[in-house]
Amino acid sequence: MAHDMTADAAHAHDEHHESPVVFGFWLYLMTDCIIFGTLFAVFSVLRTQFAGGPTGKDVFELGGVGIETAILLLSSITYGFGMICAHQNKVGALRGWLGITFLLGLGFLFMEIREFSHMVAEGNGPDRSAFLSAFFTLVGTHGLHVTCGLLWMAVLIVQTGGQTVLSERMTNKLTCLSLFWHFLDIVWICVFTFVYLMSVI
Amino acid sequence: MKKKILPRLSSLLCLSSAFLLAGCDWALFDPKGTVGAQEKSLILTSTYAMLLVVVPVIVLTLLFAWQYRHSNTSAEYLPKWSHSNKIEVVIWVVPSLIILFLAVLTYQTCHSLDPYRPLEEEANVKPIHVEVVALDWKWLFIYPDEGIATVNQMAFPVNTPVDFRITSDAVMNSFFIPQLGSQIYAMAGMQTQLHLVANTAGNYLGESANFSGRGFSDMRFRALAMSNDDYAAWVQKVKAASEQLDNSNYSKLAAPSEANPVEYFSHAEPGLFDQIVAKYNNGMVMDKSTGKMLHVQSAMSDMNMKE
Amino acid sequence: MLGKLSWSDIPIDVPILVGTFAGAAIAGLAVLGLITYYGKWGYLWKEWFTSVDHKRLGVMYIVLALVALFRGFADAIMMRSQLALAYAGNPGYLPPHHYDQIFSAHGTIMIFFMAMAFMTGLMNVIVPLQIGARDVAFPFLNSLSFWMTTISFVLINVSLFIGEFSQCGWLAYPPLSEQQFSPGVGVDYYIWAVQLSGVGTLLTGVNFFTTIVKMRAPGMTFMKMPVFTWTIFCTSVLIMLSFPILTVALGLLGLDRYLGMHFFTNDGGGNQMLYLSVIWGWGHPEVYILVLPAFGAFSEITQTFSRKPLFGYNTMVYATCSIMVLSMVVWLHHFFTMGAGANVNTFFGIMTMIIAIPTGVKIFNWLFTMYKGRVEFHATMYWVIGFMITFTIGGMTGVMLAIPAADFVLHNSLFVIAHFHNVIIGGVYFGYVAAMNFWFPKAFGFKLNEAWGKRAFWLWFVGFYFAFMPLYVLGFEGMTRRMNHYDNPEWYPWLLVAEAGAVMIALGIVCQLTQLYVSIRDRNLAENRDLTGDPWNARTLEWSTSSPPPFYNFAVVPAVHDLDAFAHDKEAGIDTRAAGSNYQPIHMPKNTAAGFFVGMFSLILGFAAVWWIWWLAAVGLIGVIATVIARSSNNDVDYYVPASEVARIENEHTRNLLAAQAAE
Repeated sequence: MAHDMTADAAHAHDEHHESPVVFGFWLYLMTDCIIFGTLFAVFSVLRTQFAGGPTGKDVFELGGVGIETAILLLSSITYGFGMICAHQNKVGALRGWLGITFLLGLGFLFMEIREFSHMVAEGNGPDRSAFLSAFFTLVGTHGLHVTCGLLWMAVLIVQTGGQTVLSERMTNKLTCLSLFWHFLDIVWICVFTFVYLMSVI
Repeated sequence: MKKKILPRLSSLLCLSSAFLLAGCDWALFDPKGTVGAQEKSLILTSTYAMLLVVVPVIVLTLLFAWQYRHSNTSAEYLPKWSHSNKIEVVIWVVPSLIILFLAVLTYQTCHSLDPYRPLEEEANVKPIHVEVVALDWKWLFIYPDEGIATVNQMAFPVNTPVDFRITSDAVMNSFFIPQLGSQIYAMAGMQTQLHLVANTAGNYLGESANFSGRGFSDMRFRALAMSNDDYAAWVQKVKAASEQLDNSNYSKLAAPSEANPVEYFSHAEPGLFDQIVAKYNNGMVMDKSTGKMLHVQSAMSDMNMKE
Repeated sequence: MLGKLSWSDIPIDVPILVGTFAGAAIAGLAVLGLITYYGKWGYLWKEWFTSVDHKRLGVMYIVLALVALFRGFADAIMMRSQLALAYAGNPGYLPPHHYDQIFSAHGTIMIFFMAMAFMTGLMNVIVPLQIGARDVAFPFLNSLSFWMTTISFVLINVSLFIGEFSQCGWLAYPPLSEQQFSPGVGVDYYIWAVQLSGVGTLLTGVNFFTTIVKMRAPGMTFMKMPVFTWTIFCTSVLIMLSFPILTVALGLLGLDRYLGMHFFTNDGGGNQMLYLSVIWGWGHPEVYILVLPAFGAFSEITQTFSRKPLFGYNTMVYATCSIMVLSMVVWLHHFFTMGAGANVNTFFGIMTMIIAIPTGVKIFNWLFTMYKGRVEFHATMYWVIGFMITFTIGGMTGVMLAIPAADFVLHNSLFVIAHFHNVIIGGVYFGYVAAMNFWFPKAFGFKLNEAWGKRAFWLWFVGFYFAFMPLYVLGFEGMTRRMNHYDNPEWYPWLLVAEAGAVMIALGIVCQLTQLYVSIRDRNLAENRDLTGDPWNARTLEWSTSSPPPFYNFAVVPAVHDLDAFAHDKEAGIDTRAAGSNYQPIHMPKNTAAGFFVGMFSLILGFAAVWWIWWLAAVGLIGVIATVIARSSNNDVDYYVPASEVARIENEHTRNLLAAQAAE
């Protein structure tokens, strides 16, 4: 969905109107925010429904989650550097920063999948209890967004190849992905606080 | 236009006044208990209040449309007129006043007719307790004080408040005896409460008001309101039944069945209701009187995962 | 290889379905044959299926809505007939397995594919024209939205012939809709169809909000925006606020069913009450998503045919906005009987009633728009007056249901069914049909037939009262909804009356189809053609361009100084077109098949997921992603219309205008 929005720069530069792409993408992010908000609400309702299964204390390893958090925050910074290069039309450097961001995102995803597969292997999968269903779904939805973001990033790395000057349409795409990536960071901070920290405390 | 609309309007008015006829025999307008009677009067009062604005609106719609029809050149025509503070004040204030009245009514009746609130009659008469379990697709009634249980039929003395505790051992249903008043959902793992009373002896329809699947249409029961003597005789009749309800044959009863006949059980396992609730809550059940969670030793734990 | 799918899932033992299939197949083949015979495939593909023109998409949405109306109404009359028969031991002709699918499909189709598609179609046709824009903000997304809606409707209809549909009602309450109690594929069809169409709707909301905020003609401030655009603005906000909640609700239900999770199950700590809260968190705003645009249409129509500006424009805008806000905080009134405390019930009850105030104000505003006007009884105006009478009654019964203690006896009874059909037919449907009659000449350049329009109105209007007033009575008699058979002699006669009403409505639909047929047949008669672009002497900008408008809508973007810009220009004698003698090239988006392909791959994905055919689902998903990437990599997405071409089109319209003036 996110990709389509940028693909629509077609109508962007009518004489009287500045590009609505970034504005539209903001709106899309707000609707995404509601998706996460609802998932947080669901989690808060179900967070004590252990059904005889493990509690958050039993299954969460804060150390790993801390590293995940650090990686994701770092990736936001590297993306930011990329955007600075984009505004200066330094396409090579931009692609370099995007590549680094991509690898960081991949690392985050790898750690998350590892955490999930450990939990499932120990019999604490999402079908164990309502608490774990809500946990896997909330964190997994974020992970799915990160996956989409990575795919998008890969596409942009390819698309910027061979360009010396970024078109307005390309700048818009980069800006939208930037918003998306920072948004996922903010969501993750909420996940880290409300899901991991509060379950362990 | 007018010719076509007016007869229709008058037939409508007849219909709506028929709605309000207190003496008709429609179930909700023929309540047999105080709860239902209060709800009937609430429906009528609110309808009358709203008709104060609904009738003028309908009449004015037809009147304005007719009076200012295009061909009526004698009517005043103000092609620019689109604002009037006076009218605006009236059209905001009048609906607001009616809603204010209804809001007060809502606040009062919400509390006085709260299904969880014991009835005033309970000050004088000791209520009887009935535990209701919605099953696929039948109603199980457990009388904890008598130690008996029935399916698809329940009885109680007139003028005696009935305290229901309601749960489900299947999907969501709604427990409803239209002529006695309020309904409430029956949900697995939860217990809802309802207080009803019948002031007239009779045989009333009870039903599920929330769709529950294939056998829903036949998920009906009879609610028998009877004199104290008749009720005592009814209890004796149930106690004389040959069937008993305990953990071993409960699961047979709970299995899906359609258009289940009335069944009597001379003995019901004590604590059965709590066990049904508790099996969806890791053996926990809330004590209604204290609000505390209790742990129930359940022989049913082996059938926790019915599927 | 084929997941759960096997030959036994084809219901060849159900004569009704086999007959339907044969009928649909014959009709479908006939249509395909005709298109092939006349060699129109290329035209359809180039000019319609790949179009990103909001007007064409709007027309296709409305065609989809009419097809959905047909399907949804077939369900309705089957239900009514079942209940007219299934009395006192007669099982009727629909066993519960079939009947339960029908009422679930009826609700789902009427809301998501009739009403939503109709509404989206109207806003597509009208809003950009009304704000003086050349297209929507994201034309490609608009095409994508349309195809997502369309393929979802296709998916629902596939469930007729392959497998089964949900038997859990249109909102699929758990735990009934969980795997434990509904192990078939019906609920999965429901989830996938609604989810996929939800993607389209959400994008439409984003698209139109952006369009209205960013693309209004210069000078059109918010308080100079036509009321219809205002209502679409509020509807877009509600779509963006509420559809994500629906996505989550159905997503979680799907996770329960596919991965054995425990959100709403009886066991494992699931909470069915949570589903009710979440689904109605979407469900109640949805009602206003549907009805606000109808209110907007009534406003435009009433002022036009009363020959007078709308009474209390500011009030109308404030009322619309307050309804928008209030609609988000009333969802609990759908389950007062769940056992929430008296204070919670009181709060939601009173909030619900408060909505009646701005709604009542709107009705008064329309009343006083007619007051001291010159009301023309055009067929369109019939629907408006029919609406004002009917909707007022529906509003009254709505407030009755909002009183929790009254709801305790009315909840889930046929009273509720009567109430929401009263507002959805009397408010939403009447509004959309009125809008279709009103804006039809704008979209096609000729008017709809008056006589057949009035016949359709009377049959719908009278049929409505016959079909639904008895349901109020049945509610008072304690009849609950979704019953398949009954043995109460008091209910029987009322259900017969309701059946008669349904037949009248069926005739109403026949009249509407006849109206379309007759109008298309007579489209070239002088009295039917609209050469001026302004057949009703209306007030807003969409009427200032030709009918049908050129694909770029306005050769020169109009400048707006007042509310009802076009009316003021006409009064002041300003010829908005004269300014355009010196045309500029116009920047327009190119057509694209990407939306179509994303839709088709989504259909494959949805169907495969319903049947657990995972390799095919992967094909669908990869297809969607690949199409989107290809679209994103395509830089050839727009072009300029040369000034000479604009001049040619505009001069032709000028000739038409002059001819029309000469004829007067």
